[in-house]
Amino acid sequence: MFVAVYPSSPTQSLVAALVAAGYQPVPIDAVGDLDRAPEGGWSAALVEVREDFGGCLSVAGKITDEHAIAVLLVVDRTMTPDLAGMSGFTDFMLSPVDRVELRIRLARMHSSTPPVADHELLAFRDLQLNTATYQATIGSRPIDLTFMEYELLRFLVENPGRVWRREQILARVWGYDYFGGSRTVDVHIRRLRAKLGEERSSWISTVRSVGYRLG
Amino acid sequence: MERRQEYVLRTVQERGVRFIRLWFTDVLGFLKSFAITPAELETAFANGMRFDGSAIDGFSRDQESDMLARPDPTTFQILPWRSGDAGVARMFCDIVMPDGSPFQGDPRWVLQRNLERARNLGFSFYVGPEVEYFYFADTGPEPEILDQGGYFDLTPLDVAQEYRRNTIVALEHLGIPVESSHHEVSPSQHEIDLRHADALAMADNLVTTRLAIKKVAMEQGIYATFMPKPLQAHDGSGLHLHLSLFRDDKNAFHDAAADHRLSQEARQFVAGLLRHGREITAVTNQWVNSYKRLVTGFDAPVLASWDRTDQEAVVRVPITAGNRPEATRVEYRAPDPACNPYLTFSVILAAGLAGIENEYELPETPSEAGPKADRLPSTLSEALDSMASSTLVKEALGEHVFEWFIRNKRQEWRRYEHHVSRFELERYLPVL
Repeated sequence: MFVAVYPSSPTQSLVAALVAAGYQPVPIDAVGDLDRAPEGGWSAALVEVREDFGGCLSVAGKITDEHAIAVLLVVDRTMTPDLAGMSGFTDFMLSPVDRVELRIRLARMHSSTPPVADHELLAFRDLQLNTATYQATIGSRPIDLTFMEYELLRFLVENPGRVWRREQILARVWGYDYFGGSRTVDVHIRRLRAKLGEERSSWISTVRSVGYRLG
Repeated sequence: MERRQEYVLRTVQERGVRFIRLWFTDVLGFLKSFAITPAELETAFANGMRFDGSAIDGFSRDQESDMLARPDPTTFQILPWRSGDAGVARMFCDIVMPDGSPFQGDPRWVLQRNLERARNLGFSFYVGPEVEYFYFADTGPEPEILDQGGYFDLTPLDVAQEYRRNTIVALEHLGIPVESSHHEVSPSQHEIDLRHADALAMADNLVTTRLAIKKVAMEQGIYATFMPKPLQAHDGSGLHLHLSLFRDDKNAFHDAAADHRLSQEARQFVAGLLRHGREITAVTNQWVNSYKRLVTGFDAPVLASWDRTDQEAVVRVPITAGNRPEATRVEYRAPDPACNPYLTFSVILAAGLAGIENEYELPETPSEAGPKADRLPSTLSEALDSMASSTLVKEALGEHVFEWFIRNKRQEWRRYEHHVSRFELERYLPVL
């Protein structure tokens, strides 16, 4: 997850806090640099206001308006009175940053950033698949799938309520040139059930001597 | 870029994975690992990650210290035991030489080569293991048991239920489905049965399972061990393997009309296991201590024979309930959980396939008053002698692994031979 950082010479402790929170800081010199978005896009932008309060705020405003990226300001305590009534940023925190606070604030901003396009989201009950990011979640809890588990689950979620023969699943998910035979499907179904957990494992039902069905 | 690689890169980014552990095993089956950061992932997929193989057991060879670990993206899995922010994931690797050719000493490659041979005969090989192990209070030289429980005991004798449960949860998060688990016969001994899978995935799973069992035990402040025979007076730990071959989508071992519902191919496969059983034992039971388990009176196999129920027979044909052709299988009972699963599956498969290719005749079971069966080797040294003269094992393992293994194990045996044991001191010192 990438976070754009302005100005391009952030304090070391801020960089360390970002990395610890699981983000990759990318320093930018100007708003235009945001056009070179990393794969997966920007999670947020962070503007560290040390001097030039006005200049930094105007950069923050541009990022918000022109790029629709959530902006977190890092300010000195003495600056807070000036923030009153200002717009052009999503949230702010005080310098030096607290690592845990930074992580929580970024995560909250991150989840309120522009929603993923509908066609990239597949859902079955409280299970969600984001086909753009390959991530599966139950409620807000991510499930750690291997690639083939993900592909199989995606296939099932795309076609709920329908019974599929093992051979059909094999051909559609693994491809025709796969050698393993349809036992592979059984093995992966069992693995998926294990990962879905006890409560939800029954979502995938075995239709005896036919195959499998989701829901 | 391939989609499966893209899947890994994307997941690493989305889930904030900070370290990716690259896993492989040495020839003895010990898990080896080095970590890379997400930034290096693409290089790892494209070229492999360079490492010095000369310090890895069974990898060393003159002028061959530089090797590459090439991660298998389909094995990418976030590890469940590092909670918190710092996500850690693992991938199993194939080991290749700088010129891109497979490294002959890589056990995972050895298994893939044997599976390829089965595939050319139209078979895929499935394995379902029963993993037995002990919990002890610590790693000290005197094993201290945690309970006096016995087979299938329920609380309060089975105090380790909780540890087992935590292990199973961890295994399920790792995508390793567990069929059942219970307290085993010996005090402090436990068993976890894994749902069968194709042999390569299962070898990966077993290596992962051993780590998970040890990790979960460590988190609870105890020690888990796969040592084959830690308690002299009690049953040791085995790794019974339920084996089947599938041809297309049919279980090649099943024949509804035949005796025991065992097809001709299954009978030949078993015949292969019996005929070559002695030759492969050094691999399936690779430690001096392994042979302390393979003795009469402790439910361990000692004969290269087969049976439905005889605990001394190395092959058992389980009775399958109802009409489930896919459940027909044979159980090979010699291996112990301290084996290298890649090599163990390789030699078992080779022995079984030899039976099919050469149309071996399955001998009668001892209970049917057949000819007296061979005994399995009773020491590592004896097992090595059988192995050393086996072209079957040499072909299955390849020359590099075959020679290194025998050399390494002969050394181990010599060290053991020189050892003055407690038995001798207690027995001889007072009287001689």
